[in-house]
Amino acid sequence: MINYFKLAYRNLGRHRRRSLLSALALALGTALLMFIAAFFQGEMRSSMETTLKLNTGHLQVRDEDYDPDKLSVAWEYLIENPDQAAAQIESLDPVLAATPRLLASGIVSVRDESAGVQIMGIVPESEANAPYRDGIVSGEFITADDREGIIIGLPLAESLDLRAGDSINLLVNTSDGDVDEQQFTVRGIFTTGTSAWDKGVVFLPLAKAQAFARAENHASIIFVLLNDREQADEVAAAIQGEGVVVKTWTQMNELLVLVEDFSNAYLAVINLIVLGVTATVIVNTLLMSVFERTREIGILSAIGMKGRQVIALFLAEASLLAFGGIGAGALAGWALSAYFGKVGVYFGDLGIGEQMLLEDRIYTYLTLDSAVSLIVTAFLVTVLASLYPARMASRMEPVEALHGKQ
Amino acid sequence: MEVAKLTNVTRVYKIGEVETRALNGVSMAISDGEFTSLVGPSGSGKTTLLQLIGCLDKPTSGSVIIGGQETTNLSRNQRADLRKGTIGFVFQFFALIPTLTAYENVEMPLLLNGKTPAQRKQRVMELLEAVDLADRGHHRPDQLSGGQQQRVAVARALSTNPKMILADEPTANLDTANGEQVMEIMKKLNKETGVTFVFATHDPRVIKYASRVVTLEDGVIVKDTKG
Repeated sequence: MINYFKLAYRNLGRHRRRSLLSALALALGTALLMFIAAFFQGEMRSSMETTLKLNTGHLQVRDEDYDPDKLSVAWEYLIENPDQAAAQIESLDPVLAATPRLLASGIVSVRDESAGVQIMGIVPESEANAPYRDGIVSGEFITADDREGIIIGLPLAESLDLRAGDSINLLVNTSDGDVDEQQFTVRGIFTTGTSAWDKGVVFLPLAKAQAFARAENHASIIFVLLNDREQADEVAAAIQGEGVVVKTWTQMNELLVLVEDFSNAYLAVINLIVLGVTATVIVNTLLMSVFERTREIGILSAIGMKGRQVIALFLAEASLLAFGGIGAGALAGWALSAYFGKVGVYFGDLGIGEQMLLEDRIYTYLTLDSAVSLIVTAFLVTVLASLYPARMASRMEPVEALHGKQ
Repeated sequence: MEVAKLTNVTRVYKIGEVETRALNGVSMAISDGEFTSLVGPSGSGKTTLLQLIGCLDKPTSGSVIIGGQETTNLSRNQRADLRKGTIGFVFQFFALIPTLTAYENVEMPLLLNGKTPAQRKQRVMELLEAVDLADRGHHRPDQLSGGQQQRVAVARALSTNPKMILADEPTANLDTANGEQVMEIMKKLNKETGVTFVFATHDPRVIKYASRVVTLEDGVIVKDTKG
């Protein structure tokens, strides 16, 4: 058998600069695509994890008439005696944490400045509140029996120039449709790394929030985190009860799921465009090579090389270019993704709403699947693109090729 | 025994609206072991005739039989197969593959014929010795003189033990000494191996070696001299 790769390697070596530039185009394309894939995956992963962790959880148990957009604390929309139900749910194996939360709308005011916030009454020791407890940057976290303490986010603290120990006035819409106001002391300031969320939420112990909003012994939701979010439907089916609904994370985050699907399609289009451009470079390189080597193709044909062997020779050249270019690009793309997966890319507060929370810093995330699929696709596109010049070479009539006519 | 037989062969080239009749009803036979020169002025049709005998081209009409096989209806791949086992070529422009060494150039037809590494090595060394280039095997074409390159081309043409070697103006780009040397080698190989040689040439240095001279003018054979 002819060693096509040996011949191909030498042919590429004839025009080292041109071959290197072609391989470089492939390398840049592959590295860029790999980084874009890692960025998108990191972004979607971060958005999904952050939204689930901070906002919706994997499951929420609500009164069947509860509307999460209104944040009403009228008793008819709330769950009564939520502690017992939460404890029962938390005892299930797939459940990591289940905790009642009371959600009310309010206004924080300090001196002559104010900001609208969501007041969240929480059970401080619950595992579900770890992102806030672990995210304390100043002061300390609240305790269940604290009657005057409040936890606020770092962006809110900065905008109102507040520090731990400072006092604030908090206004709340109560269950009877009235408003109440009370002074609280900032016990601690937290950050979750998601400014869009942190600037709009404050935490009180559940008992204090219930008393403040006159929603005694009631909660808006039972917030549930699972060990594996894929078990959401199964657990939701197991905890159905009369007068309540159980919403899964996919139901609560339809927009996010849609965006995730869309981002895959978007990524596929970008891949197609970039690979199309790099494939054009390869086609161009091989076409030039075919034109320059017309006579040589004629000689090979005259001594008995068949069309498919000529095709194999040019495909071997394309494969070598692809191997070198895509290989180098994949290494560079992987290195970039690994680096920005550690240090992240800072975007700040992107101002995206609660339906799609994004951390201020996006950490690239590259899965083996997507890396392999990109490498294989790039290789196939390159080799397929080279079929055109290869077939052109194979179809040359030997007598014309020998005279240098294409 | 005839290695090639052409009967009433016509070849017309059409470029745009213009038709050029390169060969016009040529008939001839080439016997085993001949050392034949096709001569004639430029445009007389000698290269076209050589290309038809070599199955590099198809006639517009007429019959071309090579080694007993009618070739006019063969596909491109079938013609490639026939060339691979039956015909060797030497071209005017030292037609070697520039990225391959002299050794590898001679080896290429053997690779295409599926010979084993041991068979290839033995045959290539034999041939490089026969053309007096055994010590130049690892040189690339650009490291060889024109005469040396043409000798490598002769060795390559002979590598598969073809029935016939076709040479188109083999000395046209060589000085007198190198031209003579190439012709001497070919004549010697013709005598030793019995392989048939057919040249297209107008070089008197080549014609003097020929055992048969076929003269063409305007696409027809005007003279056929043996002896």
